[in-house]
Amino acid sequence: MSMNREWTPNIVAFCCNWCSYAGADLAGSGRMNYPANVKIIRIPCSCRLNPMFILRAFQRGADGVILCGCHPGDCHYSTGNYYARRRMTVLFSLLDYMGIERGRTRVEWVSAAEGAKFAATMNDFVKTVTELGENKKLGDLRCKK
Amino acid sequence: MSLTNQVTAADILRISGVDASRCMQCGKCSGACPNYDEMDIPPHRFAIMVRQGRITELMESQAIYRCLSCFACSQRCPRNVEPAKLIEAVRLTVIRQKGQNHMKADSIPEKLDEKLPQQAIVSAMRKYSK
Amino acid sequence: MQKIGVFVCWCGSNIAATVDVKAVAEALKSEAGVVFSTDYQYMCSENGQAMIRQAIREHGLTGIVVCSCSPRMHEATFRKTAVSAGLNPYMVEIANIREQCSWIHKDMAEGTEKAIVLARAAVAKLHKNAPLTAGTSPVTKRALVIGGGIAGIQTALDVADAGFEVDIVEKAPTIGGRMAQLDKTFPTLDCSACILTPKMVEAAQHEKINIISYAELDSLSGFVGNFTATIRKKARYIDEDKCTGCGVCTEKCPSRKGLDDFNMKLNKRGAVYIPFAQAIPNVAVIDPEQCLKLRTGKCGLCQKVCSAKAVNFEQKDELIERQYGAIVVATGFKPIDASAFNEYAYNDSPDVVTSLEFERIMNAAGPTKGQLVRPSDREHPHEIVFIQCVGSRCTEDAEKGKPYCSKICCMYTAKHAMLVREKYPDVNVHVFYIDARTPGKNFDEFYRRAVEQYGVDYIKGMVGKVSVEGKKLHVQGSDLLNGEQVHINADMVVLATAIEPDPTARALGTMLTASMDTNDFFTEAHPKLRPVESPTAGVFLSGVAQGPKDIPETVAQAGAAAAKVIGLLCKNELTCNACVAHANEAACNGCSQCERVCPYGAISYEEREIRSPEFRGVRRIAVVNEAVCQGCGACTVTCPSAAMDLKGFTNSQIMSEVDAICR
Repeated sequence: MSMNREWTPNIVAFCCNWCSYAGADLAGSGRMNYPANVKIIRIPCSCRLNPMFILRAFQRGADGVILCGCHPGDCHYSTGNYYARRRMTVLFSLLDYMGIERGRTRVEWVSAAEGAKFAATMNDFVKTVTELGENKKLGDLRCKK
Repeated sequence: MSLTNQVTAADILRISGVDASRCMQCGKCSGACPNYDEMDIPPHRFAIMVRQGRITELMESQAIYRCLSCFACSQRCPRNVEPAKLIEAVRLTVIRQKGQNHMKADSIPEKLDEKLPQQAIVSAMRKYSK
Repeated sequence: MQKIGVFVCWCGSNIAATVDVKAVAEALKSEAGVVFSTDYQYMCSENGQAMIRQAIREHGLTGIVVCSCSPRMHEATFRKTAVSAGLNPYMVEIANIREQCSWIHKDMAEGTEKAIVLARAAVAKLHKNAPLTAGTSPVTKRALVIGGGIAGIQTALDVADAGFEVDIVEKAPTIGGRMAQLDKTFPTLDCSACILTPKMVEAAQHEKINIISYAELDSLSGFVGNFTATIRKKARYIDEDKCTGCGVCTEKCPSRKGLDDFNMKLNKRGAVYIPFAQAIPNVAVIDPEQCLKLRTGKCGLCQKVCSAKAVNFEQKDELIERQYGAIVVATGFKPIDASAFNEYAYNDSPDVVTSLEFERIMNAAGPTKGQLVRPSDREHPHEIVFIQCVGSRCTEDAEKGKPYCSKICCMYTAKHAMLVREKYPDVNVHVFYIDARTPGKNFDEFYRRAVEQYGVDYIKGMVGKVSVEGKKLHVQGSDLLNGEQVHINADMVVLATAIEPDPTARALGTMLTASMDTNDFFTEAHPKLRPVESPTAGVFLSGVAQGPKDIPETVAQAGAAAAKVIGLLCKNELTCNACVAHANEAACNGCSQCERVCPYGAISYEEREIRSPEFRGVRRIAVVNEAVCQGCGACTVTCPSAAMDLKGFTNSQIMSEVDAICR
């Protein structure tokens, strides 16, 4: 579909239901622009994010994956984002070890009141990933159309 | 013999390991200071001046030599700011500069009197010179 | 194979202006499983919903995808629509093409392309959806209030007034708590006992309230609506039903070594005692540590003088088991141990007292009958120094003290200073303070009165040292506003010690699986929006157990907690969250990882017989209590064998979404 257009990255954003998904909604109702290549998947809590989901996204050709959750201390389930933070730290060092650029993954805390932060974060993340270019290392060629 | 103007709050943080911004200006350090009357800059003001980056003024003060290093301020501080370490750090930045020894060996004879323990002279040398 | 219907909403021009809704509906027709796809101006309108219902019936849809606004807005609406057409409500997925698409993109082609991807992801997820049924659980219509201070009493009264049975469990021999020890209350200076004791009496006489004093929670199991508590009623060696509270035994008791806890150990009491005159229940209790009969077998004088025959040295601890629907934590506080602060000479001089000790000294029913005298020599003091923030506002890494502001000290110190100056104008009063924090109704006016009207000498700065010099206390501190060190020869020093949660709170938190912060205060379910509920369903918070607060705030929170309890108890059964975790017993190896990360204690283990091709026999399996699980999913990721999954957000559902987006 995008063959004849300039390459743009495909970004998967995992947002927790209580803070960041609501923050994304707020960015929407505030008409704060961010690129259309960010697609959001709603999860109940940042701790629901299995590192496998991120690897799967890269395998299937995503160029960047971002996880957004409640600020530390504000988790709806009280401790979920702490688990997420630890798991992502481990995953990111694994990706680092594998030679995947650090900029392709990110964890950001966005509250339900931070629509502007959500939009700014996405703009910045897309910019970073665009500069890094296409994800070739982790993409599975068999998954390419 | 002039003091360099280069020392910053960050340098003092590095040397002392003390984050002066944690001070809430409660004054417990100055309330505990046994040498308060001699200190031209009392411990609580010392902490705030480090935070404000007014290091040169501190380096020119008499407080850095009059502090007894009794650590009462550090011991009492409810926020672990440890003013004594800040004072020590500023004193060190002065003494480490060339020609800034506060006590010189040839000044010892005139200070001697029979009531002064030798230990005091040894530790003063350690404290006030390179 | 699912038969899926896709409904694309225009939302007037909100979506249609930047998303070609017809193109989206058209593109989705070619998705696997989609048998019907259409668009409409307002899907959430009655007409739009009728269209969905009709399509479900006509095409025999097994699930629907609505491309519209945020699910936070209308997911519930469309679920109801689906139910009314005979579908399971969890067979509905929403593609958010308004907030997360049309409103943020300006280019039509871009918006349309993204909307199609989002819709595809929703379809992909829906393929993996399964009908879910939310379970229900019955509610035991009785509440347990732990702690019988003003917080517990108020909550109990409010719940009982709504017609529900309430048990108050109080660890002391009487209810009343800290408030009973206070002399006057700020900012009105009304007598604490005069406003508290009527409430104590009301609680005692309430037909729905049952006070279990001198008792503690021994163990707890169950979950919201269905708790089973075991309460240990400690032996008081007095038959509560027979004792008339006449007090003869307390006068005759020859042991006079016990320290009076109610008077902050400022005086001695007998081994058999009634904590204070208005105690409820007004029944004596024997301190086994001090009683000669219990320790040596010789004495029993109280038994001889008791005309009601209430003394029973054979009494044993008693365990009471009861069912409850809701639990209220109202365990309150204690002042921190001031002996760590010996720079204020607390250990060196009896004339250095804590504020709560001072409260008893000022109280007409206290050890000095309300006469302000020095504890050391019973002489009238002329110079009193109050020191605020003793142990409050210290950093976490400081040797001693608490990192938080204890909130009540500024006000009670102003109260003490004012009371002293009013009763004894000859006494000079100095208050060392870091900040005077008076945010409350009429609080700042009160503090200013202490300064302006009563001439209390407020000195900004802390005291660095108090030393005993003969009969005097030499106070050395800072006067920061004048840049001076001040020296005061005082007769008494009063320390406004920080308050901390009652020491029983930590064990209780573990028992209730209610989370606590690093200071052992119970955490609330949401710091702003759910301040009286614990994250653990069915556990509510009242008073200082949750964080430092004064009496009006405590009473307000107690009432709020009661409202939440009533809201729970008036239900006959609870609908549980349908999106809960579930362990696949064929894969679970009972490793306990999931139990450790569950913030609700929803996971337990049972031995279960497995008959699968790979394994036959008995194995330890994780079991999720669906009434307790809140569906965060922490367990699903931590599970090393991927046995744990979250209904409604299963691994395969999320993977399918990922695949659809990355296609």
